[in-house]
Amino acid sequence: MNLTVNGKPATIADENPVSITDLLEKLQVEQREYVTVELNGDILDRGDFEGATVKDGDTVEFLYFMGGGR
Amino acid sequence: MKLTEEQINRYSRHILLKEVGGKGQKKLLNGRVLIIGAGGLGSPIALYLAAAGVGTIGIADADEVDLSNLQRQVIHFTADVGKAKVLSAKEKMVAINPELNVVTYETWVSAENIAAMVADYDFVIDGTDNFAAKFLINDACVLANKPYSHGGILQFDGQTMTVTPGQSPCYRCIFPEPPPKDVIPTCSRAGVIGVLPGVLGTLQATEAIKYLLGAGDLLTGRLLTYNALRMRFREVPVKKNPKCPICGENPSITELKDEVEAMTVCDLGH
Repeated sequence: MNLTVNGKPATIADENPVSITDLLEKLQVEQREYVTVELNGDILDRGDFEGATVKDGDTVEFLYFMGGGR
Repeated sequence: MKLTEEQINRYSRHILLKEVGGKGQKKLLNGRVLIIGAGGLGSPIALYLAAAGVGTIGIADADEVDLSNLQRQVIHFTADVGKAKVLSAKEKMVAINPELNVVTYETWVSAENIAAMVADYDFVIDGTDNFAAKFLINDACVLANKPYSHGGILQFDGQTMTVTPGQSPCYRCIFPEPPPKDVIPTCSRAGVIGVLPGVLGTLQATEAIKYLLGAGDLLTGRLLTYNALRMRFREVPVKKNPKCPICGENPSITELKDEVEAMTVCDLGH
């Protein structure tokens, strides 16, 4: 399926819906335990990562903590 | 209040702008902005707001200038090493613009003191370097209905978003809870390219100025991310999160508390 991930096209081999947990693994997303996931514009609850799935054409954003400033 | 001849001269390039004019410049002179953190982000923020003629600028930081700060904290000079950052910053701000009222708070922000600080200002800017402070600033501003600018930097990356409580998503809409301590690297451990806070801090100062002027569109509902290596800006649209623990439909946070779990020895001491 084809997705848009952080603004760029991304393709994963699966045809069936894939859970967010699996997607994080497949895409080797950094800070997997702390990253915020936005699916088609909605921020997902961390508790929904198992249940929520992506399908062809979805837009996914990974939002990372950035704690510096000084 | 009428602008003096000297003020008209000093702020002439502002006054020429139709979005500012004499009227806007007076708004800036009557404006009150609190900068929390007098370091990497705080340096350009304080310098530009002082130059712009923001009449009252508060600056909070308990730290002293260290030699390793000078690579990016451009408000502090070599001779300032060992001096309180807020005093070092105030000296430069007043040297640029002697008519300003600079209020220094030589302290770390905490659940105890932040509400009283924030209450005195029109707009707040987060220039801190730890999650405990970033979440506390968000919570204090949301509870006090005070607009503020979030900023974060690390290595070659930065992010910023403006929050107008009640209207736009807040930091906790995106990140409901701070990460456990020490799992996300800090600048002091992971490094930061010296120019990065210049870019992000200047964006944050721009937001404060626009807010005071009531001009243009604020960076609300959009997380702006910047990568200096790839020289790329991206905007991620974000919506208010109905489950947000502080500004959602059933908020679980109704009073300020320190995020002790997010504090690190490094954050507390340095």
